[in-house]
Amino acid sequence: MNLPPFEAVLRDNALDVRRYLVAGVGPQEADDCFQDVMLSALNAYPALRDATNLRGWLFTIAYRKTIDVHRRGARRRVLVAAAAAEPEVPVAHPSPPDDELWVAVRELPPKQRAAVLHRFLHDLPYREIAAIIGCSEAAARQNVRAGLAALREVYQR
Amino acid sequence: MTDANTNGIGRLEAELRAGPTIDGAVGDLLETFVRHAAERGIADVVFATTPSPVGEITIAATVEGVVAVGWDTDRLLAKLAVALSPRVLEDRSRLDDARRQMAEYFDGTRLSFDLPIDWSLTTGFRRGVLQELATVPFGTIVTYKDLAERVHSPKAARAVGSAMAANPLPLVVPCHRVLQSGGALGNYGGGDGPPTKAWLLRHEGVDLSGRGSTSF
Repeated sequence: MNLPPFEAVLRDNALDVRRYLVAGVGPQEADDCFQDVMLSALNAYPALRDATNLRGWLFTIAYRKTIDVHRRGARRRVLVAAAAAEPEVPVAHPSPPDDELWVAVRELPPKQRAAVLHRFLHDLPYREIAAIIGCSEAAARQNVRAGLAALREVYQR
Repeated sequence: MTDANTNGIGRLEAELRAGPTIDGAVGDLLETFVRHAAERGIADVVFATTPSPVGEITIAATVEGVVAVGWDTDRLLAKLAVALSPRVLEDRSRLDDARRQMAEYFDGTRLSFDLPIDWSLTTGFRRGVLQELATVPFGTIVTYKDLAERVHSPKAARAVGSAMAANPLPLVVPCHRVLQSGGALGNYGGGDGPPTKAWLLRHEGVDLSGRGSTSF
């Protein structure tokens, strides 16, 4: 297997992965998540068997890492809520204001979120979106449709 | 109603396409990434480029030391990805010393490189020849035949020639100091070929008058 130097993979995809992460987990989490994605990718890289879709491979890793971030965020929110119930403990700092649309994107279920982002941020065909989020092409299409419908509701409020 | 709806969807899709606002350069993220990779011991091959009077030069290193030097960055990196590891990353800070010594060589303030070397891209006879060549000082020349004698294989001038052609560490291992027995400049694989070899030798104060660039 002749893999290109990882530097080339970075050069071709770093900006897109970063955009995807800022959109998907927010600016505060994106930098750490970027490191997490790229280190996982670099670690696994020499064992990769198929170099035909390196971009899709990176986005699959990014998809899993964004799910981890959201899971941790949900756990933290539970803790913050519990802490807020105690009058002695100060309430955690509120996040800085963020664009309403991207907040809504981050609130989508993981598959809808990833499908919408890849469809519009990266113009990926449904076939590739399906491979990244692990579903059929029809389901990828349906996830984009459902995601857009949910966003439209927030957006037209 | 249909119009307003369509516009709304169009605007939503346009904003999604435009993406979120992004602060800070991706370069900073990549620098942090390379540092993390090195800390975890998974930055197998690092490289950096440096300008020189004979064109931009790429220096690559492993944890052992400098492993390759070359002019055509993309070709060199592709070769290293196959021969050593595909975990090839740019890391200017880890190559600070090598880049500085290279600049000093071209300034004329450094006569020999003092860098740890990873010889793993060359083996056997060729490695022996290159290690012997590494002891030929700045400003002196040897012939392929001299070098063959110095590695105790006086009849192997041709094999010495192919060891030169396969030198993964030009400049650091000075194959430009090796001329043909008849006195001709001989070939050179780096930069622009023989003219680069001639430039390097003149830079080191070698008088090249009367030498042709082709073999006799």
